[in-house]
Order: sequence, then structure tokens, then C-alpha cells
Amino acid sequence: MSTANYFIEATYLLASVFFVLGLKAMSHPETARRGMFLAEAGMLAAIIGTLMHHEIVSYEWIIAGLVIGSIVGALMAIWVPMTAMPQRTALSHAFGALAAALVGIAEYSIHGETMGGFTLGALGLEVMLGSLTTTGSLIAAGKLQGFVRGTPIQFKGQHIFNLVLFSATVASFVYVLLHPAAAVAFYLMVGLATLFGVMLVIPIGSADMPVVMSLLNSYAGLAAAATGFVLSNNVLIIAGTLDGFSGLILSVLMCRAMNRSITNVLFGGFGAVSAAAGDTGGIMREINMEDAAVQLAYANRVIFVPGYGLATAQAQHAVRELGDLLEGRGVTVKYAIHPVAGRMPGHMNVLLAEANIPYSSLYEMEQINPEFPSTDVAVVIGANDVVNPDARDNPKSPIAGMPILEVDRAKSVIVLKRGQGRGFSGLENPLFYKPVTTMLYGDAKSSLMQLTQAVQHA
Amino acid sequence: MNPAVLIASFYVFVLAAFLGYQVISRVPPLLHTPLMSATNAISGISLIGSIVIAGAHHTRLSTMLGFIAVTTATVNVVGGFGITDRMLKMFQKRQQEKAVRK
Repeated sequence: MSTANYFIEATYLLASVFFVLGLKAMSHPETARRGMFLAEAGMLAAIIGTLMHHEIVSYEWIIAGLVIGSIVGALMAIWVPMTAMPQRTALSHAFGALAAALVGIAEYSIHGETMGGFTLGALGLEVMLGSLTTTGSLIAAGKLQGFVRGTPIQFKGQHIFNLVLFSATVASFVYVLLHPAAAVAFYLMVGLATLFGVMLVIPIGSADMPVVMSLLNSYAGLAAAATGFVLSNNVLIIAGTLDGFSGLILSVLMCRAMNRSITNVLFGGFGAVSAAAGDTGGIMREINMEDAAVQLAYANRVIFVPGYGLATAQAQHAVRELGDLLEGRGVTVKYAIHPVAGRMPGHMNVLLAEANIPYSSLYEMEQINPEFPSTDVAVVIGANDVVNPDARDNPKSPIAGMPILEVDRAKSVIVLKRGQGRGFSGLENPLFYKPVTTMLYGDAKSSLMQLTQAVQHA
Repeated sequence: MNPAVLIASFYVFVLAAFLGYQVISRVPPLLHTPLMSATNAISGISLIGSIVIAGAHHTRLSTMLGFIAVTTATVNVVGGFGITDRMLKMFQKRQQEKAVRK
């Protein structure tokens, strides 16, 4: 091994150590940022090391790629609003997976015919995972941005079609393993996996996006790890595996928060069930701005429960202002966050953080549920399924068993909602008909701003 | 691939998986979004594979594929770390303000 090689390996080892330390620092918001500086330094070291690789004969394409990528990446980092974080994350899963897939395809085009069985196997996995994650993530980003219909897209024979598609992808993979020179089979596999990625995500409803995002995160990481096997490169294996397992852990957490299995999320076509639960009857009571303001102003304890509606209305600053005003009047204000509120893990936390709400005021489901009975007013802002008491009370409900924020145990509940329609999942929500509940219709942001004004005069 | 290298690679993979499980399960739900964008940026390490292919000039096709891969992986690294930092800064800012308020 030449001196340059030792140097390169040293930078890779450093990068691996720094990545692990960086993620370890993520266990607390105070250390997380410093940890990321370490990870960034590790990445920089690995890139500099790689530039000395003996196979590199010219740098023009490398530099072009680095410059274009940095500009696009920096623009995205600066300009993307926090409310669009799910779309951006889905897009970057697509980019990461695409890079892994392209490296695999290039490796195959260079020396696929002479590759050993194991290397070719890893390469096949890398390219398959990479291709299906690329298109799957693009569809997910499209759904989140509203370019693609958010409700599940289903058709007759979908399961059988997908099964055939999957089998064909695997079959072409096996064929390539047996006949490494069969380039047609290899590119057929790439094409089929690309199509499979689309088919995998279109039947999934927007409300299930937290699980899908986590899974795609996991696939993108595993594709990078497979690249590491192809290139016998340990830092790629380590970083890819960390990413893969992070995504896997998040998917499991998200599924648990919905009391559903991963297969159910992927193949259930949830959200397509229209009116599975019959009408609960009863009436929804509307409340006017002044009455709501009086309730809030003279309460002792108020809990805000944000949902995806907060993100779509960009109401995070408005809720902070109302919360601050109430705190100024001596009201104890807390924020209750369900693990799958929003469209990606931790989505609500980031939005409220953007509005400068201290993280010590944000409570997880298990912490806050015992506090609802002693709460005067629970304010539900654009959340629906995560506060649906049917999940707890009605064993026939499609979401039966899903842990919920038990707002219906509060002394009174004000639901901020755009209109009288059902939520994303199309389920009836008995919370809206309970005697403790009153509805405040309108755009969440303007409702909150009007409430703030009304509280000032109360 | 030589079997010794393959076995060593599997060791690395399995140990990294255990380590990942231990480290990631300690991240609080509060930071799950920054966690996802951070691991995403870190997995942009496939950039180093792309760099070698873009610079090695095996075939015209492989160089072009390498170039595209370098670009997308760099978007991920720069964009991912950038946005993670922007989020983590918000979490820190709140705490400082709270300290002042006390």
C-alpha cells in the first residue's frame, strides 16, 4: 500500500469516528449542533482523502459536480421553509439513492462481466434499492408538495400487479447473478426497480407519510452500505448502515405510534376506506371568537395540540404569540405532540422551534396524557386522527388501538378546523360531537391571530 | 472479492448496525426531523465512490454517471448538513432565550 493509500484510509477512519460521535451528540438539543460540526469535518476529511485516489486521472468533472451540487445544496439549505421540510427530506432521499444507483450502474458498465458473485450481488442490491428509492421518494415528495394526489391511488389487481413486478425484478437480478455479462437483464432490472418504486408509494395516503419517509430513509442508507460492499470501503458501509438503521428505528417507532404493522402501511391503502365508521350523529357546536378568548384568558392550564393543519396554515408563529400572551396572564401553557402528527417524524417540534417556543414546553404523548383531566382548555389546531377517541373506544374503528392524545378528557376542548369536512383519513371523529367540544371554523393562522386580539381585550 | 475482505466487511456492517441501534435509540423524538436530515447528509458519503468514478475516465458513460452522482451526492451533503444546522440552531436559540427570561 502506498503512502497516499494510508492517508486516504486514515481520513476514512476519522470520518467514521466523527459520524458516530456526531449522531451520539444528537441525544440532546444542546450538544447536537456541535456534534454536527464534527460530522461535517469528518465528511470534509473523507472528501479530501478521496481526491488523492490513484485511479483519478482528471478533475474537471469532479470539480464541476462538486460546485453545482454545493450551489444547489446551499440554496436548498437557505431557502426551503420549515413547513416544507418533509418534501425537502424526501427529495434528498431521492438524490442520495440516485447517487448510489448511478455509482452501481457505472461500476457494472466498467467491470460487471468480471465481477465475483458476492460483489455482483451487493451491486445488484445497491442498484435495485437505489432505483426504487429514487422514484419512490420523488413520488412521496410530489404527494407532500401537492403535485401528486395525496390520497391513495389504487386500481383493480394492484397487489397482483405489484407482486408480478417485484418477482420480475428479483428474477432479472438472479439472472444477472448467473450470467454477469447479460447487460440487457441488468438494465431491465434497473427499469423494473424504478417502476416498482413508483408503485410502492402511490397507494399510500399522505397521513402515512411519516412511516414512508422513514422507510425511504432506511433504503437510501442501505443502498449506500451496499455500495461500500461493492467498493470494499468501510466508511461507506458504516455511514450507510447508520443511516439505514436510523430509518428503520424511526419506521418502527412511527408504526408503533399508529398501532399498525409496516406491511399494513405499505399495502393497506389506508385512507381509501370511505366512511368505514358510520355517522355518529349528534351536532357540532360552534363557538365564536369572543367566547373562545374568554375561556382561554381565564383558564389556569391550556394545552395546544398541533397537527398537520398547523403546517399547512403556517400558523406556528401565531400559536406562539397566543401562547406567550396567555403565559403573560399567568396561564400555564403546554404543547402536546403526537409522534405521527405532521408528515414526518418530529415535524411539529421543528415548526414550533422555528417559532421560538422553548423545547421544555413541548411534551410527548406519554408525558402529557395524564395532564388532560386537570386541563381547562385543550386547543386542537389542525389535528384529527391523533385526537380521535374512536381509536381508544371503538374496537371496530380502522384506527382502533392507535395511541392518541386524550384531549377529550380535558374540561373543555376548542377545535380549530378549516371546515366541517372529515380529515385526511376520511374518518368520522366523535371528538367533534362531544359535549365538552366546541368548534372554531376558519384558517388556523387567522383564527389564532384573531384569538390573540380577542384575548387582549378580554 | 477476496473472502477475507468480504468477512471483514460483514463484521463492519454488523457492528455498525449494533452501534447505530444504540446511538439512534437515544435520540429524543424532539430531534427526529434533524436526525433524519443529518443521517441523510452522512449517507451522502456515497460521494466518495462517485468522485473516483467521475475522475477515473474508464468510459464516457461511466464518467457522465459519476458526474451526475457527484452532483446529487454533493447536494445531499451540503443541503443536508446546512438544513440540519439551521434546525438545530433554532432548538438552541430557544434555550438561550429561556435562560435570559429566568
